[in-house]
Amino acid sequence: MAKITFITQDNIPVTVEGESGSVMALAVDNNIAGIDGDCGGVCSCATCHVHVAKDQFSLVGEASEIEKDMLELDDSTDDYSRLCCQIDITDELDGLVLTVAG
Amino acid sequence: MTCTNNTQDTCIIVGASHGGVNLAFALRKDGYTGKIKLVDADSNLPYHRPPLSKTHLVSEQPAGQLLKPIEGYEKAQIELTLGVSVIDVNRQYKKITLSDGSVQSYTNLVLATGATPIIPPIAGLKEAKNVFTIRTADDAKAITTAFNACEFKRVVVIGGGYVGLETAASLRKCGAKVTVLERESRLLARVTAPYMSDYFYGLHQENGVSVFNDKNVSEIRTSDNENSVVCSDGSEYLADIIIVGVGVRVNTVLAEQADLIIENGIVVNEYNQTCDKNIFAIGDCCAQFNPHYQRWIRLESVQNAVDQAKVAAAVICEKPPKYNPVPWFWSDQYAVKLQMVGLSQGYDNIITRKESDKPGSFSVWYFKGEELLAVDAVNHAKAYVLGTKFINSHVEMNKHKLMDNTVSLTADIVKKIA
Ligand SMILES: Cc1cc2nc3c(=O)[nH]c(=O)nc-3n(C[C@H](O)[C@H](O)[C@H](O)COP(=O)(O)OP(=O)(O)OC[C@H]3O[C@@H](n4cnc5c(N)ncnc54)[C@H](O)[C@@H]3O)c2cc1C
Ligand code: FES
Repeated sequence: MAKITFITQDNIPVTVEGESGSVMALAVDNNIAGIDGDCGGVCSCATCHVHVAKDQFSLVGEASEIEKDMLELDDSTDDYSRLCCQIDITDELDGLVLTVAG
Repeated sequence: MTCTNNTQDTCIIVGASHGGVNLAFALRKDGYTGKIKLVDADSNLPYHRPPLSKTHLVSEQPAGQLLKPIEGYEKAQIELTLGVSVIDVNRQYKKITLSDGSVQSYTNLVLATGATPIIPPIAGLKEAKNVFTIRTADDAKAITTAFNACEFKRVVVIGGGYVGLETAASLRKCGAKVTVLERESRLLARVTAPYMSDYFYGLHQENGVSVFNDKNVSEIRTSDNENSVVCSDGSEYLADIIIVGVGVRVNTVLAEQADLIIENGIVVNEYNQTCDKNIFAIGDCCAQFNPHYQRWIRLESVQNAVDQAKVAAAVICEKPPKYNPVPWFWSDQYAVKLQMVGLSQGYDNIITRKESDKPGSFSVWYFKGEELLAVDAVNHAKAYVLGTKFINSHVEMNKHKLMDNTVSLTADIVKKIA
């Protein structure tokens, strides 16, 4: 079980709880604005872009090569960007804060 | 045009799939305060279609990865009516009739009716056992059930398009003995270059799927529990299960009734409005002029359905719409990820680039003269991303550098310096 906080584009923090599956699926299930997940989570659409809080980046780790390439589609990508369909929920993610990319 | 802040307004959306559902949510996001009604003949809560032929057939999970959770519709006050068809549109009175007999009035009507698989007129196909198309969650469930129940697991896929090939790959992963019969002389003939066709031919053969081109299925003979798929050249293939993947027919019945203009899909303007400005059409069912490629096209992709949904929502809410005219698509088969951007039709030269440091990664770049039209990237998201940027910005490319796989692919390298 992990509590994950999404800071939406309107700067509103929303904290939700998940047990398994991807962070994107958790966001969609909880109607987090700005996480569309159009491709269903196969790293093809880049509509699940989040910025991970800097000090927590090691919790989620680096993006894979294909994910890094896909992130380049988005101008707002920075060193802490991830496509959250590629992050699996584990207990270790408890307390994670993600800012939905604008 | 309707006033966005009128709570008396009603937007009725026919078809609750990638197009319709995204439109409903986009309307709320854009501030629509009227009633939103989503109607679909399918009784399942709206789901993603692409996984039906990919992960769903191979995983234990039942088909139907939801587009949105049920609470999402409630929270956004979107009224969902499932398992009911819209059977009539009356433009004059702005009313629709549902199959349950009820009549509803609309301010705006959106046709997001998509397409339905074609069942070709092959002798014996209707009578044959275990024949499936793959478009709905129920189709995927039925295939899984039949597959688990049959002993020999011989599958014949009629049609070597993306959906057919994905289904072949998925069932092969489950241990099926799969044969793909393609009528053209190569796979994916209409959508890719011969190089890609050859690649997918090889990929499927390597994975133990038998692929045959130039096979025109002429008859299905059925006895006991077995079908024999007979081709016009006399060859026969035994099948416990037949998957028909020969393309789709656009669902235009309602549009025809309403006397809307139809030409390879419901004709819409850049705002996704039909010839009746209160009726919109989005997604697989509509044909639109594409400003980038300067021609009329009808697309079958999630991206197009979602983007057009956002356009129609913006227009209904009197906001400036934004449409991305360069289409993109993906297909996953075995461990291969194909990503495509642009439309390759009309190309007159291509460059195929294999990455020297990454076996199994390559890209095909389609040009018309110097203009980059499209890129097909296999296990190579970088090529896909760069292709997307170059096509969108009409940047001229340095083809020599692009061809040279000893230099790594970056935006600076392949841009042509004037
Ligand atoms: C197996 C499969 C794999 C695919 N893979 C990919 C992929 O990898 N990438 C990609 O981009 N695209 C893929 N696609 C295509 C993509 O799914 C479609 O482009 C997309 O679903 C189009 O959305 P839509 O809303 O326009 O229409 P549809 O999804 O076809 O939905 C139309 C809906 O309208 C309903 N309807 C029609 N008429 C009526 C009526 N009179 N009354 C009530 N309801 C009605 C139907 O029941 C249906 O639910 C795939 C499609 C299939 C079938
Ligand atoms: S959901 Fe499409 S890339 Fe993450």
